[in-house]
Amino acid sequence: METTLRGLAHKYGKNVDTDVIIPGKYCNIVDQVELGKHALEGLDPEYVGRMKAGDIIVADTNFGCGSSREVAPIAIKASGTAAVIAKSFARIFYRNALNIGLPIFESAEAVNGIESGDEIEVEPASGIVRNLTRGTEYRAAEFPPFMRSLIDAGGLVPYVEGRLAAGH
Amino acid sequence: MGMTLTEKILARHAGEPRVEPGQIINAKVDLVLANELSAAVAIGVMRKIKGASKVFDPGKIALVADHFVPAKDAQSASLARLMKDFATEQKIEHFFDVGRGGIEHVVLPEEGLVAPGELIVGGDSHTCTYGAFGAFATGMGSTDVAAAFVLGEVWLKVPASIKLIYSGTPGPMVYAKDIMLRTVGELGIDGATYRAIEYHGTTVDELSITGRITMANMAIEAGAKNGIFHADAKTIAYVEERTNRPFIVERADADAVYERVVAIDISGLEPQVACPHTPDNVHPISEVTRDDLQVDQVFIGSCTNGYIDDLRIVAKILEGKQIARNLRVIVNPGSQKVWMQAAQEGVLTTLAAAGCAVNTPGCGACFGGHMGTLGDGERAISTTNRNYVGRMGSPKAEIYLASPATCAASALTGRITDPRVMELATA
Repeated sequence: METTLRGLAHKYGKNVDTDVIIPGKYCNIVDQVELGKHALEGLDPEYVGRMKAGDIIVADTNFGCGSSREVAPIAIKASGTAAVIAKSFARIFYRNALNIGLPIFESAEAVNGIESGDEIEVEPASGIVRNLTRGTEYRAAEFPPFMRSLIDAGGLVPYVEGRLAAGH
Repeated sequence: MGMTLTEKILARHAGEPRVEPGQIINAKVDLVLANELSAAVAIGVMRKIKGASKVFDPGKIALVADHFVPAKDAQSASLARLMKDFATEQKIEHFFDVGRGGIEHVVLPEEGLVAPGELIVGGDSHTCTYGAFGAFATGMGSTDVAAAFVLGEVWLKVPASIKLIYSGTPGPMVYAKDIMLRTVGELGIDGATYRAIEYHGTTVDELSITGRITMANMAIEAGAKNGIFHADAKTIAYVEERTNRPFIVERADADAVYERVVAIDISGLEPQVACPHTPDNVHPISEVTRDDLQVDQVFIGSCTNGYIDDLRIVAKILEGKQIARNLRVIVNPGSQKVWMQAAQEGVLTTLAAAGCAVNTPGCGACFGGHMGTLGDGERAISTTNRNYVGRMGSPKAEIYLASPATCAASALTGRITDPRVMELATA
């Protein structure tokens, strides 16, 4: 199972859309490292320079709304961001994040109880979120069983391989 | 207990007698779409899937080069090339390069690739456009598209449905775009997240196919998984002109269960404008014109409003006139067929004579890719679907979303303008 994640929180508001996560002009970039250099550029151009690998994005409702561009979660992951905790996610972003292996957690209580700069610890398997700075603990919404099985299988690619091996 | 239109289509494609909201299903797909950006990533993912050398059915995949075309730079050219080579390798017949296609969501219905009752997934969030034809259609990312390429199936969580019932007749210069902007304003940009929108009512029964396209297209702007209309005689006539493929027209049951029912009366509705920086920041035009907002660019086009009807509306307003000084107006007909029809009708000449720059079809300007990118401090009014920060270029630009008529009226004055006033002036 995934190991515990720990890093500093960078908190943003609601409706962080894919156009600010990775502006359209970068959507022809294939190199993931290069994509990572532009993560959140439309919202917070200093984010990539300020964050350290393992840090965690915390946001209000509807994170990732807008386009279906898979480079949005790819850019966040490639920037070194360990996870996104939000009150809710837009549906295409939610699927994309699970598919590419960017850990995401839904918890309104955790988001309300975290400020930028707080040190956060997340146990991916249980969904337990700890605010080490404030000594509080939260539990993120459980993934539905099918999605849990996709995550445990290592994402959609191993799932498809399993289906093909089983004669589809 | 009955099923909604979306549930009916999903049940049939999952081989189940019935499905319920929240249920996870495996559904067969009738068509998988990708553009050169989503395809490039999807092809890379597919190459990594062990045991997957071929797509499930080369006749059920559509690949359209539309985002950075004609190629903006060498990197963009290489993505389009990658997709072209994949189409050749996999014998994919529905491959549309520059000059043969246009914007994916304009092209697919034109080519008869969309029919009522079908299930379509695509690597573009505006795939929901095909709900205009009574199909279930939803956008996905590239990994999901790669899985659909290989399996011909997708996993889906059955969405609960929101029923929108429209009544009233649109007044002069009020169009489907205004009705949909009003709808997104009412629902909010996450008001329909994980939900299906089902459009009903006398107002939408009277709408043209392109009007329904405009409305289904922007279902995603309320966060919806799909937005769907019932196919009627107009839909069937449109589709049968373009394909001989058999299709099944589904209908929602009379006792279908909806999570919400929202009545929207459009009597007296003014033209609507979505102000910066979210598509749900919608105001009647009279509130917006009060601020006397000068614009630097007017954009006409996109999968929302790049259809022949839209260009005719703009041409009618601009005919024999000149666009305002210190303004640029960029027009992108939605597809090669729209472009040709507009050329044959003289619409393109009218627009060019008025001072508009008429481009070849593509998505570039709408998503800040190229061919109409906004600079720092610029303000645009646009017929497109999104106005997030940086959407059309600089994060310091402002985007107002409106109908083709409102954009055309604004092109004449150089300010955001109520098209009803223009109508009075020309009467």
